[in-house]
Amino acid sequence: MPHMNMIQALNSAQDIMLGRDPNVVIIGEDVGYFGGVFRTTDGLQRKYGEHRVIDAPIAEGGIIGAVIGMSVNGLRPVAEIQFADCIYPGFDQIASQLARIRYRTAGDFFTPVTIRTPCGGGIRGGQTHSQSPEGLFTHVSGLKVIMPSNPHDAKGLLISAIEDDDPVIFFEPKRIYNGPFDGDPDKPAVPWSTHPKGEVPEDYYTVPIGRAEVVEEGEDLTILCYGTMVHVAQAAAKRVEADAEIIDLRTLAPLDVDTIRRSVQKTGRCVVVHEATRFSGYGAELTATVQEECFYHLEAPIERVCGWDTPYPHAFEWDYFPGQKRLAAAIEKVLEAE
Amino acid sequence: MSRKPTLHVPQTPARPGEEPDFSYVHLSDAGEVERPEINTRVRDMVHLSEDMVRVLDEQHKGLGPWNPHLDEHDLQVGLRHMLLTRLFDERMLRMQRQGKITFYMQSTGEEAVSVAAAQALLPSDMLFPHYRTQGLQIARGRNLVDLMCQCLSNSRDMCKGRQMPIMYHWARGNIFSVSGNLTVQYPHAVGWAMAAAIKGEDDVAAAWIGEGSTAEADFHHAMTFAAVYQAPVILNVTNNQWAISTFQGFAGGERRTFAARGPGYGIAALRVDGNDFLAVYAATRWAAERARRGHGPTLIEHVTYRAGAHSTSDDPSRYRPRNEAQAWPLGDPIERLKQHLIVEGMWSDERHEALIEELRDHVTECWEEACSYGTMTEGPFLDKSELFEDVFKDMPQHLLEQRDQLRALEEDQDQ
Repeated sequence: MPHMNMIQALNSAQDIMLGRDPNVVIIGEDVGYFGGVFRTTDGLQRKYGEHRVIDAPIAEGGIIGAVIGMSVNGLRPVAEIQFADCIYPGFDQIASQLARIRYRTAGDFFTPVTIRTPCGGGIRGGQTHSQSPEGLFTHVSGLKVIMPSNPHDAKGLLISAIEDDDPVIFFEPKRIYNGPFDGDPDKPAVPWSTHPKGEVPEDYYTVPIGRAEVVEEGEDLTILCYGTMVHVAQAAAKRVEADAEIIDLRTLAPLDVDTIRRSVQKTGRCVVVHEATRFSGYGAELTATVQEECFYHLEAPIERVCGWDTPYPHAFEWDYFPGQKRLAAAIEKVLEAE
Repeated sequence: MSRKPTLHVPQTPARPGEEPDFSYVHLSDAGEVERPEINTRVRDMVHLSEDMVRVLDEQHKGLGPWNPHLDEHDLQVGLRHMLLTRLFDERMLRMQRQGKITFYMQSTGEEAVSVAAAQALLPSDMLFPHYRTQGLQIARGRNLVDLMCQCLSNSRDMCKGRQMPIMYHWARGNIFSVSGNLTVQYPHAVGWAMAAAIKGEDDVAAAWIGEGSTAEADFHHAMTFAAVYQAPVILNVTNNQWAISTFQGFAGGERRTFAARGPGYGIAALRVDGNDFLAVYAATRWAAERARRGHGPTLIEHVTYRAGAHSTSDDPSRYRPRNEAQAWPLGDPIERLKQHLIVEGMWSDERHEALIEELRDHVTECWEEACSYGTMTEGPFLDKSELFEDVFKDMPQHLLEQRDQLRALEEDQDQ
């Protein structure tokens, strides 16, 4: 099976969907001739033409407003927002339009739009190129929210998202575009070709939306994570030799509660991890869910490991980033609790 | 002498107790403004964004190159739809005052803006309305019962109880959903039009906003995208002078017209007498042909006056002179078309009164029928499980659970 990095996998997903469905169009800043600043649409305009892969003005609100109208006219647009940090001008269109057209028209109109956007830190991007705003979107009813952790899932989930008749916000953790990252910036970079999930079928396949994956089975505690933090969690558990069950959520909304419940009821201990800030973050929802579903099985308080509640700081990136050390400490704390 | 900048606060021409003053509204004479070919370059017709396209003169004759020369039938249909819109509004306003519906917004005085436009477009053209364009629905033949059921949130409400009154939509009639957030539909219309062009179809999109909401970022987004991609779209600005209590100067209308924003983006723009049915019809027709033949978008400013309150939640006598509507220099669109028909020998006061009576009876019959599908106090009511439907195409687990929780609560209450 061929190896792909996440960029190639996302490119392949879009290539396949442009080929399969004449109603699929891609629009975004620099996505056309140049192929995207991260190269995720490289070569697609050449292959499918300027009417299918469209360079857009620098106006995220305009891009999202326009793709809503396109989808109402029968297209299945994929909008790229160059950085998740730049998505806020389009937030009104997402939260009060895109997410609600089906509901407010009782299903007479619907908006099959996918919004792809690179997110997360660890790339020296400072506060305007490092944010993880997923919690702002999981809070909006009517949106599906996805964040894959590897090339295989990225491709299968993106194809599912494009085929889905509901709007999907598709977050791409850019730190792991080129290889898995275990949270240690001093180690040499590792390519996806060294990772089993870097094996990506060339053809069409889907990974279902709404299904988490147990990436490592374990007995002593459950770690709930997604995106880049899946790899950090694996490394941290190894570091403290914990028999951790690591769950890659993959889809944040709707959440796969069954997989979480099954795991935490077995292990009785849980650590919740994300890069985004902690207060009112997505981890609070996970913590509440575990409490509701597994309270009588819990043997220790649930720990949250998140970004500090500050803007993403450029010079202090590795102090901010919830790395192996902080995660390992949380794992030990949860395991030690009587 | 040094001079410091002072904050300029736009001064409203007249507040309660003062004489109405519309001297700021620049008018052209009927028939005065040229009508360029539809493929004219934007830079060669910039003046059309400052002048005013008018067809009906003071003697109610149709003049000049913009006269669409509609036949008797089309003129009478236009009059009928404007009247029906006004009578529907009157009835619904009264029903709100009686507590039968929670909220209402009239379009009184602005009927030509939507009715004439809908008549000038093809049924396959897609309309993106705002909240004062019920005339689009009526001109496209919507059953009033459907509109009333929406206002009643009853068992036949097209929105299934999920929207405030007047937030209609009509998929089969190619009319999109009204949004309570303003200007959002402008980029939707542009995107819809881009899709039509991508698919190689010759359908046109048209959207409406008020002059106040041109200040929203979505106006700029839509104008940019429409210009960049030469989208086949008509972007209408209904300049009715008032945004609730705020006069149009606060949206930036003091120095240039709203239409004048078009040429800055490279978009053709017309400033039109919005109370002149023939002018609105002709301008829309021109813009639609321009779009349909691949010559790009048009911005149309319809200069009109909001004769009623903003909504049932405000009292205009608190912020503008009571007699301002009477002083409005462009008159009333229904009265003007009526007089035109009479002058042309196609109509009479008697026929007009008879038509009003017929339409009023029709509205009453529709209201009675609508109430038979449920009112706010008497059933049949919508099933409460509708609350959870259509958030997604298929209901996810957490919503299934929440629906069951609500059902259990209901059953508890029943016991």
